[in-house]
Amino acid sequence: MKLTLRVWRQRGADAPGHMASYEVDGISEDMSFLEMLDTLNEDLILRGEDPVAFDHDCREGICGACSLVINGDAHGPERTTTCQLHMRSFDDGDTIDVEPWRAAAFPVVKDLVVDRGSFDRIIQAGGYITAPTGAAPEAHATAVPKADADFAFEHAECIGCGACVAACPNGSAMLFTSAKVNHLNVLPQGSPERETRVLDMVARMDEEGFGGCTLTGECATACPKGIPLPSIAAMNKEWLRAVRKGPR
Amino acid sequence: MALATRTDRRPSTTRTIWDSSVGKKSVMAVSGLVMLGYLVVHMLGNLKIFFGADEFNGYAHWLRTLGSPFLHHEWALWIVRVGLLAAVVAHAVSAYQLSRRDIRARPVKYAHKRRRASYATRTMRWGGVILGLFIVWHLLDLTTLTVNERAWAGHPYENVLSTFSTWYGNTIYIVAMAALGLHVRHGFWSAAQTLGAGSARRDRTLKFLANGLALVLFAGFVSVPVAVMTGVVN
Ligand code: HEM
Ligand code: FES
Repeated sequence: MKLTLRVWRQRGADAPGHMASYEVDGISEDMSFLEMLDTLNEDLILRGEDPVAFDHDCREGICGACSLVINGDAHGPERTTTCQLHMRSFDDGDTIDVEPWRAAAFPVVKDLVVDRGSFDRIIQAGGYITAPTGAAPEAHATAVPKADADFAFEHAECIGCGACVAACPNGSAMLFTSAKVNHLNVLPQGSPERETRVLDMVARMDEEGFGGCTLTGECATACPKGIPLPSIAAMNKEWLRAVRKGPR
Repeated sequence: MALATRTDRRPSTTRTIWDSSVGKKSVMAVSGLVMLGYLVVHMLGNLKIFFGADEFNGYAHWLRTLGSPFLHHEWALWIVRVGLLAAVVAHAVSAYQLSRRDIRARPVKYAHKRRRASYATRTMRWGGVILGLFIVWHLLDLTTLTVNERAWAGHPYENVLSTFSTWYGNTIYIVAMAALGLHVRHGFWSAAQTLGAGSARRDRTLKFLANGLALVLFAGFVSVPVAVMTGVVN
């Protein structure tokens, strides 16, 4: 395959950026999108140019490091992570636009790399449980109803990639935050902080400069892990409950 | 293991709600639902126009005596008006502040544009502005009668006929009701999510209710100008 790429280039956080055009040739449809970018970077390095910086780590769809808005879609046209997106989703001769996540709370570090530290700070605000450390507890000591376990698992799938924020017209982190809150709030292990968790994580989310939710549903459509839109309603319910009860 | 004890004081409940994007959105949802409830009643009242001037004007008169002899003349009406004003102000202010936050959260736009969200969802802000302007026009037209061409105080039936015998009266009204239908279509479902009533199981029911409400309100309100235009009501 031969492709034209239009890629966001930006030398540093405060530098101006622009979309730069590149031709890449010899792309196999079995390559992942990131391998295609590796091919481009090999060319650029051979030509003595600065390679395109992009985030990646596991390349197997589990770490949440890869990003990229491809032709306007977070993680591209398939519902998966960019590392698991294959070039067979494109046609020979296509022009592909590649941009970083765009959000005030995700400042660009370089080219396609953004700083997602704001997600870490939301987690630090309450995305943990206060469990005694030491020997692992007996697995059956705390019974969890099946429905609750399923609900927790569904939300625990979030890999924190930030596609929800990138896809949302408001740059909102509600889907991410709701996945984290719901995952822990439904479990007995998370119940001591049930109220403070949701209040503190939502407050942190607001402080980081993410937008609010207007329920467009773009986040859930983009999520490579299928965190469902009703998660947001579930978190809203937890938040209103916490405000009513007052944090313990 | 000792748990850390929180020593910082939490702000008041009102502060917490108003300062949070989730809380402010719930203010928007509740005030929207209050207005929505009012509109359903208002629409049903309007339909009395199909039963003649006496019935319609009699109904308008009754509204002023509502609650009597306990409430003084027009007090019930004023209580409703104050409540609605509070709802409109709370709704518009929270909509404005949340929209500002949303726009600031995406300072650099994507170069590759594509449509995001449904039409009703995308038009909530401008549709809301249209509704706000319409509310002002509507009050000047049929409450204060300032802009009504053949204003006749105490005779709402005749005033309604006067409004809907002008092209602009009809146009403004029908456009606003279309905006209302769209606003309610996304708004009702949205409010359910905001207030935590949404779930995967209930989603179809909520969407059905939202569409039903939007359609019934649109049809009910628009039937009046259509009836006047076609001479069914004269
Ligand atoms: C002053 C005029 C109005 C303005 C400026 C306005 C604006 C808005 C905006 C910007 C939203 C948020 C949209 C979103 O989340 O995507 C909204 C939601 C809503 N509006 Fe309005 N609106 C107005 C009048 C009305 C009226 C007359 C009703 C009554 C039917 C109404 C009912 C609602 C409801 C139920 C919601 C959903 C709240 C939520 O998302 O939780 N609005 N409005
Ligand atoms: S690189 Fe780990 S999820 Fe894509």
